[in-house]
Formats: sequence, structure tokens, C-alpha cells
Amino acid sequence: MSSKKAKKLSNQDYDEATRNQIEGMIKAEAKAIASRKGAVEAEECECKDGMFPSGPVRSDVTSRRQFLAATATGATALMVGSAAQAAAPPGAMDYPVQEDPTKVQGRLTNDDGGYGSRSQFETEVRWRFPTATKESSWTMTPLDAGEGIVTPSGLHFERHHGGIPNINPATHSLTVHGMVDGARKYSMEDLKRFPSVSRFHFIECSGNGLTEWREPTLKTVQGTHGLTSTTEWTGVPLSTILREVGVQDGAAWILAEGSDAAVMTRSVPIDKAWDDAMLVYAQNGEALRPEQGYPLRLLLPGFEGNTHIKWLRRLEISDKPFMTREETSKYTDLLSSGKARQFSFTMEAKSVITFPSGEMKLPRAGFYEISGLAWSGRGVIKRVEVSVDGGNSWQLAELQSPVMPVCHTRFRFPWHWDGKPAILQSRCQDETGYVQPTIKQLVDARGLGGGKYGSIYHLNGIQSWAVAADGGVSNVHKY
Amino acid sequence: MYTNTKSCKALIALLAGIAMSILPALGNAQGYSGPYKFGVPATSADIAALNIDVMPDGRGLPKGSGNYETGKTVYTAKCLACHGPDLGGIGATGGAALIGGRGSLTSGKPKKTVESYWPYASTVFDFVKRAMPFNAPGSLSDDEVYAVTAYILGEANIFDRKATLDATSLPKIKMPNADGFIADARPDVFNYE
Ligand code: HEC
Repeated sequence: MSSKKAKKLSNQDYDEATRNQIEGMIKAEAKAIASRKGAVEAEECECKDGMFPSGPVRSDVTSRRQFLAATATGATALMVGSAAQAAAPPGAMDYPVQEDPTKVQGRLTNDDGGYGSRSQFETEVRWRFPTATKESSWTMTPLDAGEGIVTPSGLHFERHHGGIPNINPATHSLTVHGMVDGARKYSMEDLKRFPSVSRFHFIECSGNGLTEWREPTLKTVQGTHGLTSTTEWTGVPLSTILREVGVQDGAAWILAEGSDAAVMTRSVPIDKAWDDAMLVYAQNGEALRPEQGYPLRLLLPGFEGNTHIKWLRRLEISDKPFMTREETSKYTDLLSSGKARQFSFTMEAKSVITFPSGEMKLPRAGFYEISGLAWSGRGVIKRVEVSVDGGNSWQLAELQSPVMPVCHTRFRFPWHWDGKPAILQSRCQDETGYVQPTIKQLVDARGLGGGKYGSIYHLNGIQSWAVAADGGVSNVHKY
Repeated sequence: MYTNTKSCKALIALLAGIAMSILPALGNAQGYSGPYKFGVPATSADIAALNIDVMPDGRGLPKGSGNYETGKTVYTAKCLACHGPDLGGIGATGGAALIGGRGSLTSGKPKKTVESYWPYASTVFDFVKRAMPFNAPGSLSDDEVYAVTAYILGEANIFDRKATLDATSLPKIKMPNADGFIADARPDVFNYE
């Protein structure tokens, strides 16, 4: 059993690369938290919103609101455009705020150009891990501010290795070749003519939680779990394309290749392609976002995020895996034996409480609805249990429908907080019977990657949030 | 035409461990009522323009060659700024250490590099050709890729500094950690109920 608070990393516990990575993430999160705190103080709010440390710097929020209220007469149309956008949070436009919206007309219909934006009062954003380059980097989804199960397209986590290419769909094509009867080339128009399906699936980076193996390190759920997002994806079953080209006997693997500066590649077992893989072109009802692979992405439900090749340009069918850099140098799991697991595709069952979670503050004792997300790469979430006493006792949480395979599932649990220190945990079970383990069980099974530090990828252990007597919520390890 | 996945399943189970077999069939079960014959045949020119991958057995290796000496010139001009004069990496550029760390994988402070961790020489050629130099990906000639690969592997004491690296010699290289990888054994924690 251990229950410890976050602390500074000690030098001998990590190799240099991992330590730099983790220390970078600590800094990035601290920056994000500091700017959120500025916003919360300005709001001076004890409501549920005030508990959320959400959004970027808004030190200008009070003064600008007063200013806007004062100039709110008839200036609406003038505010549209780049000037309005410059002052607003990302994804929002700054519109005048009426003192009494029942006494003046609101802004003009369709004056936004026909594509809406979020309210200027909503500020949650992804934050970026400060890698050496901005081309090879990643951003985290603000799960603490998320509702329901779907991730807004603009908040879906990202991982790029060579920047975000800007691709004209009219000139993009997918070439399918190798061990096939007839190699073919498809334009985007060709692909969209095939019968399509829409499915809700999460994508999780197998590096999600890499900072948390050894000790509680990041403070917010965005930092500890923000590399997972759920989307309604639309596209063509890959099996359709395989039938079209005629796969030859002996074929066992497919190389998927992206059209970015990394020309990203992963080998995928052909079994997965026949099963449920998709070539997706749409996300939450509209075209894929460029950061998510516009115009075409390989979707492999339940497999680690790196395999869902974005900006897909080529599929090569083969008898053997290709042993690309991303499946040898990276995305392999070094065990204490010195051997590394390879092709560890499946994202195992995992859950996390998103409310309340790290850096939030409960204003007083009383009723709170604990809420969070559970997901499994092996199918449907069957059950989520919540503990409010650090794992001594567990109670069933309610699963909110729809509960879909390989998809975020929202759970809710009513809680009367008595004002005393508490440790909140959730654990889930999927349709295979697998129950989410503790972090300690995973470390016992895998070792800390050669003795002192985690194997980095595939941490799906139970997350603990400590609620202090003053209502402050923090990341702890308790098992 | 291959539509039965059974024999393939056996292969995958071998390669990727038992974890695969308990994957549920979400299934693209809905009927296939093709062939639709959309798209056009990919010509050999279409394929050649994209088909840059190289496999461990040497499949995909292009014509051309290089050696340690010519590789040193390429490295100094096009790689050194980010990966360092001693191939030790330069953190501020994101350029990783390419050599060193041999024998460190069980030390508690493993150092994963081309020399200590990468199981196949083909991956060096494949990756450098597609993605390096980071600021000008895809700009090297095949001779330059062979040469700089020979230089890295020479500095790592894996490939003879006097030998020529080409489509014949590259697949014969045995990397120090060639036997370092095993199948995924998950689930590895059993709380089943
Ligand atoms: C402008 C800086 C820069 C230059 C120049 C550069 N690299 Fe890199 N290199 C990088 C970065 C950044 C990465 C990591 C890329 C990623 O995150 O995917 C990298 C990764 C690599 C890797 C993979 C390392 C690993 O452990 O996975 C190899 C091998 C490599 N580079 C070789 C080369 C060679 C050979 C050259 C010269 C032809 C070169 N690089 C030039 C920045 C550079």
C-alpha cells in the first residue's frame, strides 16, 4: 500500500530521455493551470463552473466584458471578422454582451458566415507537450471540461511526427498494392462511392499516462489521461477494399502509410483489416479535421493511436510485418528482463473520474455527482465501480447510454461528501471479463522497464484522486 | 482470392500472442455486394512513386551503395546539426542519440538507440529515407541513404567501416538487439470475474 503526493523527479529514477519528457509535461501543465487560475479568480464563482480550472488566460475578461456591454449598441456586425476573433478564445468570436438580452436585438442570423463558433465564455483548450520541435509533438484533450462521450473535433488530442500537412482532397489518392490480384488507386471521390458506415470509437495513444507509472506526476486529468478522445467516424470498411483488390493467399500484414513529412508507417495484422478496420473521411458529421488526417485516415478500433495512420496514401499487403521505426524504436514495451513486447496493439480496459479531478476544488461538504469515462479496446464496458475510500469498498456506478463497443462510456455516481479527506477511484470491467488493474499490478507484471522506470506505454491502472478537507482535489497513488 | 481469415489468424496468434484471439468481432459483418470496381488500376509507375519501404529481408532496397567514409560526409553536412558530432543527440533539436547504450536495457537506466535497441538495419535505411533530415525529409539520394546508414552502423561498431553497404550486404547485418523483442503477452493481469 502506498499513498504519496506528487513530488519532484529524482535523477536516478529515470533515463534522461524519459525524464526530459516528463519534466516537460510537468512544465506545460503548470503553465496551463496558472492561466486557468487567472480565469477562475476573475470569475469569483463558487458554482460548478468555478470548480473547473478550465481555459487559457483571460485576465482581460472582466474589463472587456464591461467594455463590451458599454459598446453593445448596434455594433454587432462590425465585430465580426478578424478583430473580433483576435480577442476571443480559440474557436470563439468575441461578440458584444448585452446588459439585458431581452431589451435589445441579438446578433444577426448567419452573420458568422454560415459556420458557428463556441461561446466566447468557453475557454477549454488542448495544451501541447513542449517537445523540442512543434512538428513532432502532442496535445491533450481537456477531459475535465468534457461532457457526455463525444470529444469536440477541435479538442481531439493530437500526435504528429512531421507537422500537420495541408492536403487538397482533389489531388489526394489511396494506392492499394502488394499481394493482391489487382493493385488499385482510389481518389477521394472513388472512396466515398463505396457503401459507408458510421461508428463511435475512442482513439487512445498508448503513451497516455506515461508520466504516472512511478508516482503521481501531473496534476490534472487532462495531463494524466488526455490522450484519449471519442468521435463518430464515417468511412468505408477496409474489408470492402480488400475484396475489391483480391487479397492473395499468404497475406498476413498491411503497411499503412501517411502523406505527411514523417511519411508515417505502421504494419497492421490483416485480420484486423478484415474485422473492423475502416478508411474514414468524416468526423462528427463533417470532414475529418486536418489534425486528424484530412482527407483520409485508417481507423483500427481498439488499437493504439499511432496505428490509426492519418493522411493515408498507401496500403501495401504483405506476408510479413515491415518493422518500421514506429513499431521497433517506439511503441514497444521494454520489460525488466530487457526484452520488449512488440505489436502490443490493444488498448486494455481503463476508466477515470473526470469530476471531481485534479486541481478542482469542492466549495463545501454536500452532494456531488461523481462522473467519468470508461473504455476498452476489447469491446463493451460492462460495469464501472466507484470507491470513495481509496479502494476499501466499491459500489456500482450508473452507465449512461448509449454504451457502445470500443467507445468512451460515461458513468455517474451520486456522492454525499461529509467534508472529510477522501480518495476517489473508479475501475471498470469489459465484456471479456477483464477488470481494470491497479498500477501496482501492472508494475508487478511488467517491471518498471528495466528496474526503475515504467515501460512508458499501455498504463491502464486505476487512477486515484484525493479530496482534502478543504475540498482541494489532487493526484495520488493509492493501492 | 483470399477471403477466409482462419490461416491468417493462426499466423497472427503466433506473431502477436494470444491477446489477439480474444478480440471481439465488432465486425464489418454487413454484406459485401461488390465488386464495385471504383478507382483505377494502379500502374507500376504509380506504385514505384510511393513504394519506398524496406523490409528486414531486404525487399524494397533500391539500387545504389555507400560506405562509412562517404557517409561521414553526408552525416556532417546533413545530420550533425541535430544528432551531434558524436551521434549522441542534441536535446534542443529533438535529434535523438543514434549510438551507445549497448547492454543498458536491463540496467535500470536503459538507453535506447539504433545501436542498443533497433532489431533491424533495414529500419535505419527505411526511416532515414522517408523522414530524415527532419528539416528536408525525402531529400537524400539512395546512395546518400546507404552511405549515412553505413556511417551510423560503423560508428556503432555493427558494420565494417571498410565495407560497402548495398542491397546485398544490408539484409545480412545482425543487429545487437535482434533477439530483443517478444510477442505481446497481454492480458498480463488477471482480475477476471
Ligand atoms: C533539423 C534537425 C534534424 C536533422 C538535420 C536530422 N534529424 Fe534525425 N531526427 C530529428 C528529430 C526531431 C527526430 C525525432 C522525430 C520524431 O519525433 O518522430 C529524429 C529522429 C531520427 C532517427 C530515429 C531515432 C530513434 O531512436 O527513433 C534517426 C535514425 C535519425 N533521426 C537519423 C538522421 C539522419 C541520418 C540524418 C541526416 C541525414 C538526420 N537524422 C538529420 C532531427 C533531425
